[in-house]
Amino acid sequence: MNNGMNWNTLYFLVFAALACFSAVAVVVSSNIVRMACWLIVSLAAVAALFFLADAEFVGAVQLMVYVGGTMVLLIFGVMLTARGPFVSMKIGAGQWVVATVAAGALLIVLLQAALSTFNRGESTLPRPSIANKNSRELTAPGRQSPDYSSTEQLGLGLMGVRVDSLSEPDPVRRGGMAGYLLPFEIISVHLVVVLIGAAYLARARRRITPRTWMGVRPSGVEE
Amino acid sequence: MTDLIRLIPIPAWMASTAAALIQCLLCLVVALCAAVIFIWLERKVAARIQDRLGPTRVGGRFGWLQPPADGIKLLCKEDLIPAAADGPLFRVAPYISFCATLCVFLAMPFSSVAAADGKVVSSWVALPLNIAAFFVLAVASMEVFGVILGGYASGSKWSLYGAMRAAAQVISYEIPLALSVVVIVLITGTMDLAVIGNGQSGWFWNWNLFHDPFTFVTFFVFATCALANTNRAPFDLPEAESELVAGFLTEYSGFRWVYFFMGEYAAMFLICGLGCILFLGGWNGPVPVCQWLGLAPNATGVGGWINDVGNWVTSRVGITTRIEFATWLGNLLGALNFITKAVLGATCMIWTRWTLPRLRIDQVMTTCLKYCVPIASAMMAGAMVYSYGFPEGLVRHVLKALGILA
Repeated sequence: MNNGMNWNTLYFLVFAALACFSAVAVVVSSNIVRMACWLIVSLAAVAALFFLADAEFVGAVQLMVYVGGTMVLLIFGVMLTARGPFVSMKIGAGQWVVATVAAGALLIVLLQAALSTFNRGESTLPRPSIANKNSRELTAPGRQSPDYSSTEQLGLGLMGVRVDSLSEPDPVRRGGMAGYLLPFEIISVHLVVVLIGAAYLARARRRITPRTWMGVRPSGVEE
Repeated sequence: MTDLIRLIPIPAWMASTAAALIQCLLCLVVALCAAVIFIWLERKVAARIQDRLGPTRVGGRFGWLQPPADGIKLLCKEDLIPAAADGPLFRVAPYISFCATLCVFLAMPFSSVAAADGKVVSSWVALPLNIAAFFVLAVASMEVFGVILGGYASGSKWSLYGAMRAAAQVISYEIPLALSVVVIVLITGTMDLAVIGNGQSGWFWNWNLFHDPFTFVTFFVFATCALANTNRAPFDLPEAESELVAGFLTEYSGFRWVYFFMGEYAAMFLICGLGCILFLGGWNGPVPVCQWLGLAPNATGVGGWINDVGNWVTSRVGITTRIEFATWLGNLLGALNFITKAVLGATCMIWTRWTLPRLRIDQVMTTCLKYCVPIASAMMAGAMVYSYGFPEGLVRHVLKALGILA
């Protein structure tokens, strides 16, 4: 916040508004492909919010995993299964009621979680805004101490070593700060199972000819 | 950029805004210039390979005004939207494709100067990120979204076929591309492209390409995947003009078509630049010119005498603020080096396009899943083991064993 001009706040408002608007648009629109497109916009706007908060790694992961994943969903789930071009969905009144109740309950839980966090208001952490970041570069050429700690700590955490447990004074809490190796492995095994299952379900039911090299089939073999 | 603006007496917020705007504008200019020059280069190289002359009349002997002439022609074309198309999505698709490519330029360092201890002193990059390599991959993968959307929204079967091919191809090839980037991240220990580039300073045997046999092979996997990811021949199935009219571009004309093409050519520059930084030394030439001039890391820090001379000159004209001339000059030479390498890389891509025939879709998938992915995985495992044995790289190791290098 210098001289009344704070780009961070402005950008936050723009991207937050975009995320909320496109989230509503996902619900309101009836064309399934447009829904997926709005969902991508919403997720990308959230990624932009992460970038704005200097959490570049989370932002890039958001883009790679969520936006990329929705894109694949859009292609293989929506475009290839839709029967006609530009399919519209009709939603009955009963579905609206159920959806409203479920979404309302979720909203209440999320609001409760958001409002109950301690230390709301001005952050006590020295987080550089965009303007500060640039002025820091103005005063000193280049970065004084390149901050590689975030990704390194993440990587070590996934390997089972929590770096932040070294600075934890309470031995009981330190004992609880195990790494994420086990969840990581469980998730990867789970994903492999899902992949194999999907491949099994989607396998082409056709005869396998012995002589197929680079997809070239001997003539006379029916697909 | 910012230290020059600092010389003008304006408030800090104005200076930072101006710096941000100038950086964005520079990225845009680089992207557009890359597109315009590559389109001209494509025509000329294609013509020479096919024993023709290519454009010769517009703008003098070499037809160098051909891209602007094309641009004016395309601007004057009618902006058609097919009756069967999904209007808003059809309209927005080219911009998504182009903007995704443009965003990648933000994190792409064009040059960087490091101190003797490897700390980055200054780099020519709009957004210094410590996960730049990941950011580039993540944002570059958004480009295909525009292609898919355009192909789908056109309401034409040719377009949809093209879009599906693009989806299958780009999403498959992202895996080996990311794996080959991971190999370099593994041996350098950082995802910061500026640090990766600076780590290869000096002679060309410091390049990651010659670090070990595994990175050498990985480079070719990367090059293959780069071709496939930019939808260039022999992987230009999404367009496939002999089969699908023009693939996802069938229904596009005029300026929207131009957007797709500018995106494609800018993406070519980007992927070549990424390859240069990861494997070919980035802004560090085959010959260490910057070290000889005292612009690159040495024992006494970054170039003293150039700073002294430069600041003596500026003090004559009344500027008292000290300017790091050596850093500037080093970055300038580095950026020229980097751009030269990227353009050479793009020339190789054009050369490949006009030399090799197009693959079939099953061959494309075979190349990816049966060759690129296993090779890249094996190279990753190999590089992992190798970097314990010869952490400094193979060529340096041999030269040291022979006593040539201290």
